[in-house]
Amino acid sequence: MTTAIFNSRRVSQRTAFIFLGLATAITVVPVLFIIIYTIVKGGGAISWDFIVQFPSQAGKAGGILPAIIGTFYLMLGTLVFALPIGVLAGIYLTEYARDNWLTRLINLAIINLAGVPSIVFGLFGLSVFVMAFHFGLSLLAASLTLAAQALAMVITTSREAILAVPKEYRAGSLAIGVTKWQTVRHIVLPQAMPGIITGAVLAISRAAGETAPILVVGAAFLLPKLPQSPLDQFMALPYHLYTVAAHVPNMPKTTIWGVALVLLVVVLSFDILAAVIRIKTRQRK
Amino acid sequence: MNIRLNVPDSSNKSAEKCVTKLKADKVNLYYGSFQCLRNVTLDIPSCAITAIIGPSGCGKSSLLRLFNRMNDLIPDARVEGNVELDGISIYDSKIDVVELRKRVGMVFQKPNPFPMSVFENVAFGPKRHGMKNSGELEEIVEKSLRHAALWDEVKDKMNQSGLALSGGQQQRLCIARVLAVEPEVILMDEPCSALDPVATLKIEDLMRSLAEDYTIIIVTHNMQQAARVSDTAAFMMMDPDRAGTLVEYGPTAQLFTNPKDKRTEDYITGRFG
Repeated sequence: MTTAIFNSRRVSQRTAFIFLGLATAITVVPVLFIIIYTIVKGGGAISWDFIVQFPSQAGKAGGILPAIIGTFYLMLGTLVFALPIGVLAGIYLTEYARDNWLTRLINLAIINLAGVPSIVFGLFGLSVFVMAFHFGLSLLAASLTLAAQALAMVITTSREAILAVPKEYRAGSLAIGVTKWQTVRHIVLPQAMPGIITGAVLAISRAAGETAPILVVGAAFLLPKLPQSPLDQFMALPYHLYTVAAHVPNMPKTTIWGVALVLLVVVLSFDILAAVIRIKTRQRK
Repeated sequence: MNIRLNVPDSSNKSAEKCVTKLKADKVNLYYGSFQCLRNVTLDIPSCAITAIIGPSGCGKSSLLRLFNRMNDLIPDARVEGNVELDGISIYDSKIDVVELRKRVGMVFQKPNPFPMSVFENVAFGPKRHGMKNSGELEEIVEKSLRHAALWDEVKDKMNQSGLALSGGQQQRLCIARVLAVEPEVILMDEPCSALDPVATLKIEDLMRSLAEDYTIIIVTHNMQQAARVSDTAAFMMMDPDRAGTLVEYGPTAQLFTNPKDKRTEDYITGRFG
């Protein structure tokens, strides 16, 4: 029995564990720190009035209702445009497109779409939706801009969810004279739906946090009323946060952190929703 | 090793009822540049179970999938020669592949029930083919499950997931799913290879009872099974370039007791394979 070797193996095992654990802790700690710090600093600003009132004195007093509503409108708008187009494109790319250079080029383009800086999407939205389509600075233009950005993620997650449906199901369906589209519609899509929804929810929660794109396509700092139509301008949490933090002098720090806390809760609650959908469907299988 | 023969007696079958249901004539099948089948010619009789046997990779499944064009799903698959169903070329450009597969159903190696209830599994085909009346659907589901010898075991669990059944029950559910679209031919690709011996025997009994109404082609690795269930048998092998060829084709009894080709004899006696 060579105890020396045994010991050195045990030491390297221990060392590995320590470093792996340390790396995990390093990733978890900042997240927890941000959440806790935001709660501590901004918790004091949270009250019923903060949620349901309009801002006054350039955001120094009152609440942030229009920003919360605006952000929800934006998420809804993003979902309405990105989900159907993304899912349909995902179906086409996985089920129908032949594996040739064009399909590979399209797939590459979609992956790269996710890497395009968000301000570039903002400029794209400004020149296409705001100006060329004459939607003006509006909720509609902003939703379309965020949807364009979210599309990459929706398509990618849809493709993954569709590809995860076992080929045997498709074969079994086709082998009894069921058409391809019926197979997709009645076998593949119901199976892929939880994965698709999860991806879409994550995509809109990311869209909810975007500041740069909406900055140039219609977000306003202070508006006297809620948007009445998709062609109205709107307020949004991230843009409101940016403005009160950077441009309003003598802004109470608690209020700034309060806005941050509300934004964090909105985004995280959608992330948690996505996780719940994922866990629920995993249990069912 | 000697194979115990238990060839079903087909002498009582009237010869005039038997017609050539499917026909392959000088068929070559390619996957890209790889030739998978070479010059395969055989006639499948309507009133019989035909077994396709041979070593792994010799193209048995590919031959089977030729008859319902499932090979079409493989990119770059190409067919030369002629394949006919009731005298009509099924690789003709005017053929509706969906309609063909309705007439030529298929059961797979691994039971693949859909992730839905027992009832929905069987009703799936008829529904997609336009049957809406729930009474009609219930009728055809029961008839198909009875025909597949599964009704008594599942009649109280029609709303349970098909995936919750045992392996053998799942395979019979898949057979019921095929029967529900009222095909003429049933292709079975090693339908028992994932099942235990008891479940295997049940499927074999079922095949014998189905043989009266359907043309059945079964691919099997198990030579005893081929001997037990089939009326005619085809033995395939690979050429040196791995293309599958048909070595011998004839009545099962003859193929197993008095093979004409030395290679068939070597294979069935276990000297090779």
